Amino acid sequence: MKELKAAEITEAVERLCIEANSYLGKDVKTRLSECMAAEPWPGAKSILGRIEENIAIAEKDFVPLCQDTGMACIFAEVGQEVHIVGGGLTDAINEGVRRGYTNGFLRKSVVADPIRRGNTGDNTPAHIHYEIVPGDNLKITVAPKGFGSENMSQIKMFAPAAGEEGVKDFIVDCVRSAGANPCPPIVVGVGIGGTFDRAALMAKEALLVPFDEKNPDPYYAEMEDELLEKINRLGIGPQGFGGKTTALAVKIKTFPTHIAGMPVAVNINCHVSRHREVVL
Amino acid sequence: MRKKLEFPFTKDKLKELRAGDEVLISGTIYTARDQAHKRLVEMIDRGEKLPFELKDSAIYYVGPSPARPGKVIGSAGPTTSYRMDTYAPVLLDLGHSVMIGKGQRSDEVKQAVVRNGAVYLAAIGGAAALIAKSIKAAEVIAFEDLGAEAVRRLEVEAFPAVVVLDTIGGDWYEEGRKSYLGEMERSAI
Ligand code: SF4
Repeated sequence: MKELKAAEITEAVERLCIEANSYLGKDVKTRLSECMAAEPWPGAKSILGRIEENIAIAEKDFVPLCQDTGMACIFAEVGQEVHIVGGGLTDAINEGVRRGYTNGFLRKSVVADPIRRGNTGDNTPAHIHYEIVPGDNLKITVAPKGFGSENMSQIKMFAPAAGEEGVKDFIVDCVRSAGANPCPPIVVGVGIGGTFDRAALMAKEALLVPFDEKNPDPYYAEMEDELLEKINRLGIGPQGFGGKTTALAVKIKTFPTHIAGMPVAVNINCHVSRHREVVL
Repeated sequence: MRKKLEFPFTKDKLKELRAGDEVLISGTIYTARDQAHKRLVEMIDRGEKLPFELKDSAIYYVGPSPARPGKVIGSAGPTTSYRMDTYAPVLLDLGHSVMIGKGQRSDEVKQAVVRNGAVYLAAIGGAAALIAKSIKAAEVIAFEDLGAEAVRRLEVEAFPAVVVLDTIGGDWYEEGRKSYLGEMERSAI
């Protein structure tokens, strides 16, 4: 049994919220410069240049990359040998979010009720997903999610007969209809299988997969490459002004499903593809 | 083409702009997003005086992040414009002339743009730290209770944007993509 103090967790979450909003992962930066080099359209190149400039400023001045500092999506992998002392885990995480968004001068974008609205004033509650894993570590990933792109996401319950083609068409159509709204270039997270809710969760988790990590299943690795190519032939381009670079990556996660179904969820993220993690 | 657009944003200046032009905006602009638009239109319905002069005004759809001590504003990139589509035609018909946001607009907005000789410009979504550098002053002038969504008066200098909807019905989201795809087809032959 390893003991972890709730206060320590709060501190880590506070720091991750602030850092995730200023620093992008190396994979995103590398992919952006590769796309920049491969982009044949001058207008698109110039937008990508501005995006790179923005990343450099955010990093140097330690300010948010985007004003929409998102809803805090948090993934916690809790080792079954971990014992948390001095408070509840959910409370500790939410307190970290509260402090991070307040002390880090991040925008508070969460409303208390979806219909009646009313800002909670501190960006809580976070959306937290827990998973119990073997071992005595606690891994926390903070992924602030902007809603310009979240709003362009879709889910569909297909009949199995729709097959591979049905799934691929749906994903490409989702990107096509999103157009300029989600601040392209985008990242496309896909969840296929499981249940209605599981598919959506996998689509979001797919957004956390490093770009350079190949899908372990060669069938889906190939599908990711094919989809990325198809999407980048749509011509939407950076910010929707035309160009090759519509998506930086397509990532797929799957789970066994029921004989009668084939759920597919597409979660779209913008080029400000933020996530940061820590292992305690 | 790169052009300058300076305050006041009178209709004769807007006539010169074409979909696809890069513009650098300077002068006074106002911020408003969902809730502020709703309130502005409600005030119009009630015949009340608005917090700023609508005629020849530029409205930037943004909810900035909080300013650090000693800073004018936090990060300040555009929010998605379609959520303002119900309200925008009302404002345009009363003389409001420049909308700044990102993403596609409804047919009603497109018609109101042409009908009034207005324009819709897109700022670079996600380039909020970069855009903030062109904002030299910021002051909340209405709806302070809305926090990030309050109406602010901004003084901007060389604020970068691209013309999406122009006064003659051009739409850069359609044309930009078409000309890119056309060019790719030609070069593939
Ligand atoms: S979609 Fe992303 S880049 Fe665009 S405004 Fe939202 S968080 Fe920022």
